[in-house]
Amino acid sequence: MNTPDPTTATKPQASMNQPNADATPAAAPASAPTTTSVESADGREVTLTDVHAYYGGSEAVKGVDLVYKPNEVTAMIGPSGCGKSTLLRCINRMHEEIPGAHATGKIVVDDIDLYDPSIDLTAVRRAVGMVFQKPNPFPTMSIFDNTAAGLRLSGTKGVDVKERVEWALRGAGLWDEVKDRLDKPGIGLSGGQQQRLCIARTIAVEPEVILMDEPCSALDPIATLKIEDLIHELKQRFTIVIVTHNMQQAARVADTTAFMYLGELVEHAPTQQIFNNPGDPRTEEYVTGKFG
Amino acid sequence: MRQLEPTSRTRIAKDRAARGFLLALTLLALVPLALILYYLVKQGFEAINWEFLTTDPTGRFLGDPGGIRSAIVGTTIMVALAAAISVPIGVGVALYLVEYGKRTRFANTVRYFIDVMTGVPSVVFGLFVYITLVVSQIGGTFAAWKGSVALALLMIPIVARSSEVVLNLVPDSIREAALALGAPRWRVVTRVVLPTAFPGLVTSSLLAIARGAGETAPLLFTVAFANEMAFNLNDRMNSLPLQIYNDVSQAQDRLVARAWGAALTLVVMILVLIVIARLVQRRSRLAT
Repeated sequence: MNTPDPTTATKPQASMNQPNADATPAAAPASAPTTTSVESADGREVTLTDVHAYYGGSEAVKGVDLVYKPNEVTAMIGPSGCGKSTLLRCINRMHEEIPGAHATGKIVVDDIDLYDPSIDLTAVRRAVGMVFQKPNPFPTMSIFDNTAAGLRLSGTKGVDVKERVEWALRGAGLWDEVKDRLDKPGIGLSGGQQQRLCIARTIAVEPEVILMDEPCSALDPIATLKIEDLIHELKQRFTIVIVTHNMQQAARVADTTAFMYLGELVEHAPTQQIFNNPGDPRTEEYVTGKFG
Repeated sequence: MRQLEPTSRTRIAKDRAARGFLLALTLLALVPLALILYYLVKQGFEAINWEFLTTDPTGRFLGDPGGIRSAIVGTTIMVALAAAISVPIGVGVALYLVEYGKRTRFANTVRYFIDVMTGVPSVVFGLFVYITLVVSQIGGTFAAWKGSVALALLMIPIVARSSEVVLNLVPDSIREAALALGAPRWRVVTRVVLPTAFPGLVTSSLLAIARGAGETAPLLFTVAFANEMAFNLNDRMNSLPLQIYNDVSQAQDRLVARAWGAALTLVVMILVLIVIARLVQRRSRLAT
């Protein structure tokens, strides 16, 4: 069983991880390259209540209430500077890493408020993984070490690292391409492979939620398609939030879509509805390309 | 639409003149450098032979003056100790500034003082150690370890400043990646930032060592001079810069020749360090 050792974690974090103990990564069948071996499991619901985010004195996110449903992909769309990336970074509390930045409000995963002062920051980030815009594998590490980095960096014990790395690389649809060169540097891969390596690194720590900040914007169309296929697979097991500038991408991957404008959430609805029958005139103007 | 005309003759002439002027200035700057190297190699080469490198100075005014073995060994020992003191401290300061201090007022104040310390003449460090450690007779008077302390004081700001530059080259994106995986800050530093910056840190340390190895003034009042080979850090010790300093002011040509030989030896030792530093830097994965 590969769940992180609960004894090393704070109480709320432990209860965050335990319900997942029935997902057996290693037992998943090795199948055709296109299908991943991520088993379905219940993702976690994420509830945002009155979230504000600031850079110094300026308010980038102005009170957002939003629910991300488990086992669904939610796309965040909106013009540049609308606060969608900032909001995303609030969910794993990476926003506050920027000097002078802070956030207020409640973000609840499984009855646990991530902004509770007693909560361990590292536990939040293990529960809420993140994939960045530009592929950013660790330059000194091999493919294997990159995938295992999350386990080692967070000091997770009691895990068969080899098994978990294979599981994560299969989950990211990368195993068949790299299984013979796991000891080669991660930065030797192509851009698309690097991004899937980053996804493997993220799922290797078995988060509940995966945040993706424009994960395909630095990739070519074929690599993009692979990542999108992967997102479909990953939602069987994880709650996924993806920020994208590409509305076709939102339409392809997302079950629901949220439109943000000037730091406010304008509308959150099933993707079909956002694109075909939006409730707010600003959403309609944006999705039809009148601004942004 | 305006017609495209060929470049005017006056502009071509001006361009030629400007380029010629700059080239002349560059060549002018190279003249002293070339002369120094020429004399150093010419004079130094005559003095150097195997016996020169493997015998200690005798200190006798008449007869065989001896070689520079104790000076080579002494410089190596004292610079090694100075590096052992200054590299961890300097890299530590740089880590604090980049990873924790960032743009805070305190960090900026530290940066300012590092800059000031980089500009302090080396004789001041020698005087400082002379007053605090030699005059006060802590562990005797002149001692090799006191010279190392003076050299270390000189090297710390150099190591700190260049290490800070190197650490800033580590892209923030990989720090973020590590933090987002749930890594505590100290593990991000030890497992991700330091390994990534390692070749650059080696280079910056070696360059600081190369700088320290050639300093005379910090050793002058702290170690004093000795002829015989010494390994005791609590004792006086010979060093290449001091050997040169002593010999060059002597009235005998043989001793002045030894100064040239010692100078060439010192320059070669420093050159080796710099070449190693460059080779390590080439292995770095960070863009410079």
